Amino acid sequence: MAGTIDREMGLDAVDDLEQLPILGRLHEWVITVDHKRLGLMYITGGLFFFLVAGLQAATIRLQLAVPNSGIVPPQVFNRLLTMHGTAMVFLVGMPILTGLFNYLVPLMIGARDLAFPRLNAFGFWLWFFGALLLYFSYIGGDGLYGAGSAPDVGWFAYAPLTELPFSRGNSTDYWILSILLTTVGSTATAANIVSSVFCMRCEGMTLTKMPVLVWLATVVSFMILVALPPLSAAQVMLLLDRFLGAHFFDTQAGGSAVLWQHFFWIFGHPEVYILVIPAFAFASEIIPVFSRKVIFGYSVMVAASCAIGFISMSVWAHHMFSVGMTPAGNSFFAASSMLVGVPTGIKIFNWLGTMWRGKLRFKVPMLFSIAFLFQFLVAGLTGIMLAVAPFDWQLTDTYFVVAHFHYVLVGAIVFMIFAAIYYWFPKATGRMLSERLGRWHFWLFVIGFHLTFDTEHFAGMQGMPRRIYTYQPGRGLETLNFVASIGALVQGIAVLIFVINVVRSLRSGEPAGDDPWDAWTLEWSTTSPPPEYNFATLPVVRSRRPLWDLKHPDDPDWRYE
Amino acid sequence: MLGRVHRWFFTIVIVATMPVAAFANDWGMGESNSKIPPSSIFDTVSTPAHEIRTLAFFTCSITAVIFLIVAGLLVISLIRDRARQGDNGREPPQVYGSNPIEFAWTTVPVLIVLVLFLTTARTIYSVQAPRRPPGAISVHVIGHQWWWEFHYPELGIVTANELHVPLSDPKNPTPTFLDLESVDVAHSFWVPRLAGKTDVIPNKKNTMWIDPHVAGTYLGQCAEFCGTEHAMMLLRVIVEPRADFDNWVAAQKQPAAVDASVAHGQQIFESTACVNCHAIQGTGANGRFGPDLTHLMARETIGAGVAMNNLDHLRVWVRDPSVMKPGALMPAMNLDDKDLDDLVAYLATLR
Ligand code: HEM
Ligand SMILES: [Cu+2]
Repeated sequence: MAGTIDREMGLDAVDDLEQLPILGRLHEWVITVDHKRLGLMYITGGLFFFLVAGLQAATIRLQLAVPNSGIVPPQVFNRLLTMHGTAMVFLVGMPILTGLFNYLVPLMIGARDLAFPRLNAFGFWLWFFGALLLYFSYIGGDGLYGAGSAPDVGWFAYAPLTELPFSRGNSTDYWILSILLTTVGSTATAANIVSSVFCMRCEGMTLTKMPVLVWLATVVSFMILVALPPLSAAQVMLLLDRFLGAHFFDTQAGGSAVLWQHFFWIFGHPEVYILVIPAFAFASEIIPVFSRKVIFGYSVMVAASCAIGFISMSVWAHHMFSVGMTPAGNSFFAASSMLVGVPTGIKIFNWLGTMWRGKLRFKVPMLFSIAFLFQFLVAGLTGIMLAVAPFDWQLTDTYFVVAHFHYVLVGAIVFMIFAAIYYWFPKATGRMLSERLGRWHFWLFVIGFHLTFDTEHFAGMQGMPRRIYTYQPGRGLETLNFVASIGALVQGIAVLIFVINVVRSLRSGEPAGDDPWDAWTLEWSTTSPPPEYNFATLPVVRSRRPLWDLKHPDDPDWRYE
Repeated sequence: MLGRVHRWFFTIVIVATMPVAAFANDWGMGESNSKIPPSSIFDTVSTPAHEIRTLAFFTCSITAVIFLIVAGLLVISLIRDRARQGDNGREPPQVYGSNPIEFAWTTVPVLIVLVLFLTTARTIYSVQAPRRPPGAISVHVIGHQWWWEFHYPELGIVTANELHVPLSDPKNPTPTFLDLESVDVAHSFWVPRLAGKTDVIPNKKNTMWIDPHVAGTYLGQCAEFCGTEHAMMLLRVIVEPRADFDNWVAAQKQPAAVDASVAHGQQIFESTACVNCHAIQGTGANGRFGPDLTHLMARETIGAGVAMNNLDHLRVWVRDPSVMKPGALMPAMNLDDKDLDDLVAYLATLR
């Protein structure tokens, strides 16, 4: 849309650009407001930062491979840690998931675009400049080799460590401003998705006939609208402290350190669900198709997701069990945290019910989804352990927690991102990714993942705190850490294979056709890649699986729904 | 093929890890702390840690059973339900859901959560709200970037980084109650074998308690990210029989030793910036920013556990602490070799 219309509006420069095909094409991407292009831009940007932040993680693991190692000095280590955590959450998880939703939601609801295409573009560019700003901090201050003034206060940026007396220079300011920008971008997208889902569904698609993914995208968008403002508020307050001498969190002047923690985790806990519910969404589309069965218990699945959305707003202080709350406070947050386990468990059972007595096809997207099921099961159970407040007094701020949340962030989210990419890549590019390379990628990644993060559970129970740049020998930690570091290397190789796979397929992948997986939702009814307006004529649906109805006219879904 | 992959893989691993080993540096603290057994949270010697351990085992058994059931069902499905070549090619029966089943797998987890919550709440209350027996010891713990200060208000003792407490006999308990507060950023006090961690926060008084039943030395560490040297904010808890503890208290109450043979070293100490930050009882030095040095040599480590406390290490430390502990807030003292020797000789008398 953007390309044609803006060209007719006739900037002189455009003619020159035509002669420079690359610049010309770049220009079209820059000015685009098409949800599919913006989606791909988010995903590409997110994958880029995945490589950067992954390299930082590898460096962290290299430093921790042996005790008393001096490869990176403490401050550099703390910068790596901060940038890795911040980037993985705000520059990898959020944009890739936003991008996938951006791409998929309009196609799945049979719409031609999101409700506010320009807002969508605005959100992307805010995110983009926020991301640049964060990494620009490496150049500020004492320059590239002194690693600039990159933040070194942790992605959680606990006050008062982030207040002026303890964080001089501008590193913390870069962190604040960058996160402010990227979160405004996410909020814009969330508003866009909510409006689109409620106003732009095609004929026949009632709320109860939306694909599960669309439901979950809606739940996540509502959560973003509720959870991100507290973060932005806290960022502004911290800026006021730092620049105008306010005392919200400045303990030297009587402010409160715990207040920051409440603000941060009121955002931070829902954020974890904002990241993981999209993983649920992909699993709920992929597992049925490769099991050849309809999703088991659609309405319970949707209800459980809404329940997770609600309950997850009341559990934030389980990140603060050691902060010195009253026994009643600790009990409340232990109870609410355990309670989230119930709807989460229901979802696992429903995926299992979907696979049960199906005909499982172990294609790469399904392989990643199966690994996701096991890993998310482990993450959920270690989560229950952490919800047991007294147990948490031992486990919090140790490597056990690092292992637990990487089982969520990598074992569930990254695995499902890969599953989603293998699954929808053919739709977006018209070409298949290689199954053979995909299997190498999958197996190396699974093995590396478990080498790294399984061991960290035990390091934590052996007394290894997190966020330490080194540890002493003889503490029973050497083997565990060495194995964890080797695992990181293996994961790195796996990701490299993935990159090769993508690059190769973009050039010379096998053509995909419209519906390579024999799937059922609307996006597979249009061409691969879809035309600018998605559908030549807007579709009309009668059930949750319109393509199933087409393929099985004798036994259509709408009879049962 | 596999053999080649193997060789290739291990070559990469070895090449990649070589530089790591080469960079390792060791200030001799390694050997010392390696004599202290690992700080496993399951190898407990104190009541609060015991109670947590009991609850932890209970929690682990529940989660293990759930894992075995769910993972088992998954594996069954993976093996049994895979699409086979040469089957009829038709789609399997479509099952849209089942109310009784959904009801079952909602209520069972709710019941499990209920049981788990009740046991949890009981432990929360018993660990957080203990009875304080008359003979209890009080210690005021103050977190600093990046070291620990310990005051015994009833005994009038100040020390750093190594906490001495008496053995608590279950029949005749002498628990130690800790009040925790920070003067700068948030820290967290954690000695895994004695108790769970409790944060040490500016403007907020927290309390916790321990009552160790086994004599020995237990290693702990700051557990809340507190800046550059967070990793090297270690601490030791020395649990000793009551008589030994009383002797230690008596020795700590003495003012600093006076020894004419090291007068020059003392004079250097008192005429440089040392006194702005350190205190030595009975001299003019009364700084509060750094650890109290009155009985420095009674402590086994320096730099909050970064190195063994001996004259060589003291010399390295005083010349420039950032060699051992980059980022440490003590500046390099820029002394020439002679002065440094005399100063260290003086420090050596502070028993
Ligand atoms: C794929 C390989 C990855 C490896 C090897 C890895 C490794 C690590 C390590 C070693 C830490 C430091 C833990 C500590 O000392 O506290 C860490 C922290 C963290 N990682 Fe990862 N990570 C990976 C991927 C991810 C992903 C995909 C995400 C999120 C989407 C993520 C999010 C985080 C966060 C939020 C932290 C906390 C940072 C902090 O404590 O300040 N990581 N990671
Ligand atoms: Cu600390």
